[in-house]
Amino acid sequence: MEQHKLSASRRAYDRTLRSILYLCGFITCALLVLIIGYIFYRGLPCLSWGLVSTEPSYINDTIGILPNILNTLYLVILAMVIVLPLGVGAAIYLTEYARNRRLVAVIEFATETLTGIPSIIFGLVGMLVFTQLMGLKTGVLAGSLTLVVMILPTIVRTTQESLKTVPQSYREGALALGAGKWRMVRTVVLPSSVDGIVTGCILAVGRIVGESAALLYTAGFGVVVNNFFTSLQTASGSLTVALYMYSEKGETEAAFAIAAILMILTLAINLTANWAGHKLKK
Amino acid sequence: MENQATLYNETAGSRVSDTPRGPRKKKTVGKVLEAVMNAALFICGMIAVAFVLVISVYLVISGIPAVQEIGLGEFLLGERWYASTGDFGILAFILTSIAGTSGAILVGVPIGLMTAIFLAKVAPPKVAAVIHTAVELLAGIPSVVYGLVGIILLVPAIRVAFDLPSGATLLAAIVVLAIMILPSIISVSETALRAVPQEYEEASLALGATYIETVFRVSVPAARSGIATSIVLGIGRAIGEAMAIMMVAGNVPNMPGLLTPVRFLTTAIVSEMSYASVGSLHRNALFSIGLVLFLFIMMINVFLTVFIKRKKED
Repeated sequence: MEQHKLSASRRAYDRTLRSILYLCGFITCALLVLIIGYIFYRGLPCLSWGLVSTEPSYINDTIGILPNILNTLYLVILAMVIVLPLGVGAAIYLTEYARNRRLVAVIEFATETLTGIPSIIFGLVGMLVFTQLMGLKTGVLAGSLTLVVMILPTIVRTTQESLKTVPQSYREGALALGAGKWRMVRTVVLPSSVDGIVTGCILAVGRIVGESAALLYTAGFGVVVNNFFTSLQTASGSLTVALYMYSEKGETEAAFAIAAILMILTLAINLTANWAGHKLKK
Repeated sequence: MENQATLYNETAGSRVSDTPRGPRKKKTVGKVLEAVMNAALFICGMIAVAFVLVISVYLVISGIPAVQEIGLGEFLLGERWYASTGDFGILAFILTSIAGTSGAILVGVPIGLMTAIFLAKVAPPKVAAVIHTAVELLAGIPSVVYGLVGIILLVPAIRVAFDLPSGATLLAAIVVLAIMILPSIISVSETALRAVPQEYEEASLALGATYIETVFRVSVPAARSGIATSIVLGIGRAIGEAMAIMMVAGNVPNMPGLLTPVRFLTTAIVSEMSYASVGSLHRNALFSIGLVLFLFIMMINVFLTVFIKRKKED
């Protein structure tokens, strides 16, 4: 009824904007489908067992990305092992311990600032501090330490959010039973927020896997298979760095193969994070 | 607490007196543990602050020498960057970064905002959920993958469309950046739009406005601080992006032009750090570029804090 009384110009306004809205929603989806589809279309045929299980050989003129897969794995493991206690500890301090509001505001401002800093800056400072000042060699250790600085805010924020969802009565119950503060946190608060912490970790792993600019000059470009301890102080290119290297060299097939692997990892990480997030809500 | 504990011990009687030392010892251990954890958690909490301080201090320390040697005016406003002749002017990089970011905002914000409105107000819940997942995925794609798709699909397309010798231009970088900032714009704006009180919209509808008029004239203005935040976040992401535009922008230190190959602040650092020798003016100048970039980001951060604070005060 109302619709019929509308003037022509209002009806036109309504229709135009509505179609623009649908169009933009469609564009966003189409972009994603185009990018993912194209990566898989070009990358999946290039994936082969030989590619993912060998290292590059100049003699045979073949490319292998096993070293890069291993390096990415090393970076993820080491960075997560270091950042998890720090990030969870910081979140516990902020939500459970801190009394001084101004201090909390300062810490939260610092965390937000870290979120906004571009990864190339992390790479630059990581190179300056870890390799030049502290004398580490370019390698997985310097790379992981740089990543720790970068992903700390992610861990802190997600942990903080899930700590806040733990009902206050749980804490009061634990304290009333005579538990000290840390005992309360360890036995009551942390176990009930473990889902959120896991989600944060998954997101952080996603950021590490996709990171490249921060790693160029901290972890380096190396493409030789090393064991974990050797790689700590040896130049070790991650998958993303290898993708960049191969695409600059014009080795498009290898680049697309790596891109396909990265896309599969991104998809898996996103789905797991979503799944864990839903579980958290329940 | 202390009193309760003694009371308990007294009433428990013989069982406690059998092992008089047990509970007391445990308690001191517990107290020490509490104190240790208190200190350890405080340190964890302060670590983010320490990181920010270290980053700022190091960028300033390593960025200042080159600026002193070159001269601030010559460094910021010099138009020539030739490492071999010792010309280190970064005006072209600064202007390129500004042009690239503005371009990305001009292209990305309308699409992102409209998508956010679509998701929050118009789309059926199931469709919105699917697109929402798609947006999250878009945010998770590594920047080198965007760069690769850009090189293979976008750059040749621009070369053909404008009949250029190479399609690796500012335009290609703008398109890639616009796509990369979409997720932050969409998700932050969507949250802001969903938070608009329903009464506002109901009032507007009751006055006879159509639903679309309501959305654009009531909901969007009501969510403007959230939308502004999303745009500022987008600017931050665009100005800091390095690898994707490294691959598509041509990487030549030209003054910005839509169809010229250009070099950004970020890509200048990435492309020359590997061969600038340690201790040279060249390398120090790259650190100074890092400092300039950092100052840009800090300006954006302060701006953002002001926005968020104002929103909270409202």
